Amino acid sequence: MRHIISILIENEAGALSRVSGLFSARAFNIESLTVAPTEDASLSRMTIVSTGSDDVIEQITKQLNKLIDVVKVVDLSEAAHIERELMLVKVRAAGKDREEMKRIADIFRGRIIDVTDSTYVIELTGNGSKLDAFLEAIDRSLILETVRTGVSGIGRGDRILKV
Amino acid sequence: MQLTGAEIVIRCLQEEKVEYVFGYPGGSVLFIYDELFKQDKFKHVLVRHEQAAVHAADAYSRSSNKIGVCLVTSGPGVTNAVTGIATAHMDSVPMVIISGQVPTAYIGQDAFQECDTVGITRPCVKHNFLVKDVRDLAITLKKAFYIAKTGRPGPVLVDIPKDVTNQKCEFEYPKTIAMRSYNPVVKGHGGQIKKAVQMLLDAKRPMIYAGGGVILSDAADRLVKLARTLGYPVTNTLMGLGGYPATDKQSLGMLGMHGTYEANMAMQNCDVLIAVGARFDDRVIGNPAHFAEVARKIIHIDIDPSSISKRVKVDVPIVGNLPDVLDELQKLLEASSGVPDAKALSAWWKQIDEWRSKKSLKYKQGKEIIMPQYVVEKLYEVTGGEAFVTSDVGQHQMWAAQYYKFDKPRRWINSGGLGTMGVGLPYAMGVRFANPKATVACVTGEASIQMNIQELSTAKQFRLPIKIINLNNRYLGMVRQWQQMFHGNRYAESYVDALPDFVKLAESYGHVGMKIERPADVEPALREAFTKHKNDLVFMDFLTDQTANVYPMVAAGKGLSEMILAEEL
Repeated sequence: MRHIISILIENEAGALSRVSGLFSARAFNIESLTVAPTEDASLSRMTIVSTGSDDVIEQITKQLNKLIDVVKVVDLSEAAHIERELMLVKVRAAGKDREEMKRIADIFRGRIIDVTDSTYVIELTGNGSKLDAFLEAIDRSLILETVRTGVSGIGRGDRILKV
Repeated sequence: MQLTGAEIVIRCLQEEKVEYVFGYPGGSVLFIYDELFKQDKFKHVLVRHEQAAVHAADAYSRSSNKIGVCLVTSGPGVTNAVTGIATAHMDSVPMVIISGQVPTAYIGQDAFQECDTVGITRPCVKHNFLVKDVRDLAITLKKAFYIAKTGRPGPVLVDIPKDVTNQKCEFEYPKTIAMRSYNPVVKGHGGQIKKAVQMLLDAKRPMIYAGGGVILSDAADRLVKLARTLGYPVTNTLMGLGGYPATDKQSLGMLGMHGTYEANMAMQNCDVLIAVGARFDDRVIGNPAHFAEVARKIIHIDIDPSSISKRVKVDVPIVGNLPDVLDELQKLLEASSGVPDAKALSAWWKQIDEWRSKKSLKYKQGKEIIMPQYVVEKLYEVTGGEAFVTSDVGQHQMWAAQYYKFDKPRRWINSGGLGTMGVGLPYAMGVRFANPKATVACVTGEASIQMNIQELSTAKQFRLPIKIINLNNRYLGMVRQWQQMFHGNRYAESYVDALPDFVKLAESYGHVGMKIERPADVEPALREAFTKHKNDLVFMDFLTDQTANVYPMVAAGKGLSEMILAEEL
């Protein structure tokens, strides 16, 4: 099953390699990993999307907790949560495709943030499957470039991950 | 007072009451060595290869529970140390390794003797640090010692660039340390311990399975108390030998790939299993699916949550420091109105005695060729079971584990997890520094001993009266055994050719050498070595049976009860 794991980790040099090294050394799967400092500059927050059986996910959480720099670990997918990912897509937008591309971007609540006479850059936010659906909806041959941030997640309501 | 980084390193080690630093100098650590030269509060042991420095510090720690410390230079100094660090890491040994690094401005420039030490060692340390500012040095070293010895112990490395050791700042050694990201659990969960007590009292076929955690946490006396209170059988892992007295009637000996018949059968067939500081690794329980075929309840006590339910699902996990958890368990057990089921227990012991009657460790000693098992048995007799025994890795290691009956913890020093050949001699050195009056024997083989043979020189310099028991079968014995059993007798590269004359070799280093070729000479030679040459290093080269194999054996991937016994062949 797919899990979203959130981590608070000391914002030290090498923190990312400790986490990514753990995943490769123990043959855990990483679908995506995002990291950036929090409002407290001494802490970084990481969101890792991984898949595995319950036993594997249990090991992942335990092993992450074992890292000396890791302050807290939460499996967001254990309860209500929100996940978001940002995607930028550069598409060919000329002739008859130009109007169609704008229409589809509107349907997906995407924004066109760069325009030339033959291309658009579309910004799209949502959960992973929405971004996948957008890419499915447009003509593949018109996609020039895509870049995705990977998933960020946060618990709903009173679930708070903080020191 | 303003001190240089090098002075700070020395002061920190003194504050930590370090007695010995095992090391090897080089360019990046010259300022540190210069300050080391000016002090006499701790001693430095100059080894002949950095790997041996780490092994010696490791064994110093294993045999005393004081933290082993080593000091190496950048680049090759560190890469040579890596095997030693990984060895200590796999067996959870508390150590601090200080490594020199090229000056901060040179890092990343492919400077002379530069390597990414923190990157290279990251997967084989409990934690590591690169200190880029001299003001962080004292607190980092304090953290290193704290992390190494608390929680599940392990090696911690501190990498210090050369310029940092020459910069000055105010020095104050922190008295305490608090880390928001690191707070190891000590006390076990009360409710879980209560459940465990009930489960233990309800058992019909109970088993206590004790690992290296018992030794590391100094919990042996508690384990003995618990076992005596319950009257249940105890088995030790390779790392746990000495955690429960091997000569006690409740001891079933070692379990696992080369465990006794009774230990493995009892492990497989018990209905309640309490795992104490052990981790159900592949050499212990064999095939986990086969192990799971028998329904049993499992209680698992360990300081490391990630060791619990990693390979085997457990029913009652208890995370905590063993002595604390065992004290609590004992208290609840004694306060409980329940008692073990005497009738079921006596039937269980009857079954165990039946398994014992197989005498799975028996072997035949003829008149012509020395059996390796016989040498270990005689070593046990001659030393009265009181020696510290180190070993290398292979057949001789298993024979030492099977035939030397360890009654006390911290007496059996070997590389269980990583299985590092070459540890035996440096381990014996470390043991002797930690226990200056102890009898120390290194059971080894002609292949393993050559992996760190240069340390005969260190042993001479420091007058270490180690007794090297070389079980010389002219083969990489364990490799040969597997090739015989699983690779159609094709002994690919497992014959050890062009061996040196070990007697002359030992003599050339200034030690005593002996060659023993006949069974009748084994005991007299050992007596001579341990009495007449009590104060010498004696290299005893025993020419042993080339075809001897280690039995019983659970082949890789097989179930625990699917043992190959010597008598079946």
